[in-house]
Amino acid sequence: MAHGHDPHAQVTNTGIDNRKLGFWLFLSSESVFFACLIVGYLVYHGSNSGGPTPRDLFNIPLTTISTFVLLMSSLAMVLGVNSAQRGENRKGMLWTAITAAMGLVFLGFQVYEFSHFAHEGLTLSSSLFGTTFYVLTGFHGAHVAVGVIWLLSLLFYGRKGGLGADKADDVEVAGLYWHFVDIVWIVLFTVIYLVEFVS
Amino acid sequence: MATAAVKTLGVLPRPTAQTGFWSWVTTVDHKRIGIMYGITAFLFFLVGGLEAFLIRLQLMKPGLEVVGASTFNALFTMHATTMIFLAIMPLLAAFMNFLLPLMIGARDVAFPRLNAFSYWSYLFGGIFINTGWVMGAGSGSVPNSGWFGYANLTSVKFSAGLGPDFWTLGLLLLGVGTLVSGFNFIVTILNMRAPGMSLMKMPIFVWTTLVTSVLVIFSFPAITVALLMLLFDRTFAANFFNVEMGASVVFWQHLFWTFGHPEVYILILPAMGIVSEILPTFSRKPLFGYSVMVFSTALIGFLGFTVWSHHMFAVGMGPVVNTIFSLTTMMIAVPTGVKIFNWLSTMWNGQVKLTTAMLYAIGFIMCFTIGGLSGFMHASAPSNTQQTDTYFIVAHIHYVLIGGSIFAIFGGIYYWFPKMFGRLLSEKLGKLSFWLVFIGFNTFAFPFHFLGLMGMPRRQYTYDSSMGWDFWNLVSTIGVFILTAGILTIIYNFVQTMRKPADAPADPWDGRTLEWTIPSPAPVYNFAQIPQVGLRDAFWFAKHPEKGQKAADSLSYPERSQQSLIHMPGQSYMPALLALGPTILAYGLLYMRSGKPFAMPAAILGVLLTLLGFWGWAFEGEGGTMIEPEEGR
Repeated sequence: MAHGHDPHAQVTNTGIDNRKLGFWLFLSSESVFFACLIVGYLVYHGSNSGGPTPRDLFNIPLTTISTFVLLMSSLAMVLGVNSAQRGENRKGMLWTAITAAMGLVFLGFQVYEFSHFAHEGLTLSSSLFGTTFYVLTGFHGAHVAVGVIWLLSLLFYGRKGGLGADKADDVEVAGLYWHFVDIVWIVLFTVIYLVEFVS
Repeated sequence: MATAAVKTLGVLPRPTAQTGFWSWVTTVDHKRIGIMYGITAFLFFLVGGLEAFLIRLQLMKPGLEVVGASTFNALFTMHATTMIFLAIMPLLAAFMNFLLPLMIGARDVAFPRLNAFSYWSYLFGGIFINTGWVMGAGSGSVPNSGWFGYANLTSVKFSAGLGPDFWTLGLLLLGVGTLVSGFNFIVTILNMRAPGMSLMKMPIFVWTTLVTSVLVIFSFPAITVALLMLLFDRTFAANFFNVEMGASVVFWQHLFWTFGHPEVYILILPAMGIVSEILPTFSRKPLFGYSVMVFSTALIGFLGFTVWSHHMFAVGMGPVVNTIFSLTTMMIAVPTGVKIFNWLSTMWNGQVKLTTAMLYAIGFIMCFTIGGLSGFMHASAPSNTQQTDTYFIVAHIHYVLIGGSIFAIFGGIYYWFPKMFGRLLSEKLGKLSFWLVFIGFNTFAFPFHFLGLMGMPRRQYTYDSSMGWDFWNLVSTIGVFILTAGILTIIYNFVQTMRKPADAPADPWDGRTLEWTIPSPAPVYNFAQIPQVGLRDAFWFAKHPEKGQKAADSLSYPERSQQSLIHMPGQSYMPALLALGPTILAYGLLYMRSGKPFAMPAAILGVLLTLLGFWGWAFEGEGGTMIEPEEGR
């Protein structure tokens, strides 16, 4: 008992690791968080106070590219988790780094988009569209940023031995978060950008 | 006591203090955290009580100027905010923290450090939200827009002071801790039960904690979003509730009550759990209709999400919406009524022993039923529009929150005090305090029904004698004096009892649940041997084979021979640090609007401390020590 006791290897009633179960609960709570923000965007939709409207500003091809990058980052994340689980330590590091890099690219697009929209006259205070758009997409961007910091912390964690089987659970939990943030963006891209141009 | 592998983070050695100040700051023991929750929450309860006392002094007679209008606004806002977020919720959290692992036969919660983090978030958030008092009650720095913070009363235009900022940021800090507790308790209950304890063998308090935690994790995001929107409106000139830009103030109400109604079940379900533990013990019978009780709890939890608009019948949402929400609200009365009959049936034909805890439990049933009945009256939209914003509503909330939650909490304190502190509270003083509290409470709150029906509005700081409200207001204030005497008796009992030696027996009440199988006070490792549970109320059937269950099947200790050392989670500085970071950030954000030079540096410092806390947390790992249990079970 005294040696080799690993708290993560404990037997649980459900068979699911404590950390993973806790994290799934956290993500379910986060879903409600984003749902409330999305409701805020939708109830105020069309309130532009004479300023720029969504159709004036949105550049679908551009946002499609950033969306594609973020979606592909989930693939990289899957490969990172998979490599770690199979004990391919260096590949685990590589794919985690690629995921973080793609997250940064997405954030770059968002910074460009925000500054461009602000230049066109849409600010946090200019209209309800501005308020709800910046806060909703901004909170998503903040989640991506937290994810990037998390992934970079993992790279620091694995700086000596890489990210292998011993750290696979840590990579997997970060992966859960990353996929969640990605899925939220799929909803946001659809609800905010695509539905705007329906009909 | 053997210490294994003390990890270090950079230069900081991992804390190991067993006694003194730092042992409490760095503790991850759920029992110590529960006690800290209990003491802090009781102190905040006294603060909220003092606020109520001043409110009742102001209203004792017509035309008084004891505190004046602006202070009165601050008082009723902070009274409600304090009682709900800083007193009742954390008092219930104290029981959850202390009892959960003991009741399910575990050594700690699933995430001991997160548990400590929840407490520190609560403490710092509670101090933060009360900071405005330092600047004076009439300064506008104390929250004064009501505990529901309706838009656009909370806008900069109508509340230029720091009050709403303290309220918004303070509730955000508190909310984070509560959410984390929610995740922690659910994982603990689903994952860490002793062998043999299936879900339907869990003590009912564990069930109510589970349902409450589910309510927390799905309702707190709604208020988090509402508060963040308000924060952006006030601090960064966003428009979420800016009517001039076309915003809807009713949107705030929807978000707030989407949280606010589940919140009232967060306040009452664990209290029902406590009462459901006390009643069977002192009736010497199993809880009547255990499974129905479980399903009623789950049903109340579920329906709790479908009724929020009954707080808004006066808004004018239209007959269809009002009807739907009336119906869903009335539906909640069914599982609630079932529970009340279950409690009565538990006592029926039992060998009832009227201890202080039992008296509070019976008082709970009486007063909660009165509160439930007036609640059922509000469910009807036409009658609700007559009662909205009158003292009739005030009567209802005080009957469910004092007659309900607080009575259960007091009963719980008398019941579990020996397990927490190793001493039995004086029953003589206990019974005296019960009668003072019971009579005082009813004298103080029952007249609110009359005042409400006579048309007295809530939240007004004074009234004219010609309204005919003088008599019942005076009666109510006299009731508060009696209630105060009761509370002081309880405090006197605490002090007297703590001066006596810790000699309480392990099982003073002939209890049913696993916490009574271990010594009083509970040892740090909880169970020297993890029990194997064969039945619901296993311990009781093990003691009472004449009740028809085979004792050998009910409770056993299969590990007895193998176990020597017990793994305990390591202490840590990180929970307190991780809670301090956001608090400093909140002070920074608070002063950003008024352009104070220290605002931005404080915000940055807060973010840096938070990041440091996260990294320290992640890289120090769970840690732990191996300790040897003392002789015994």
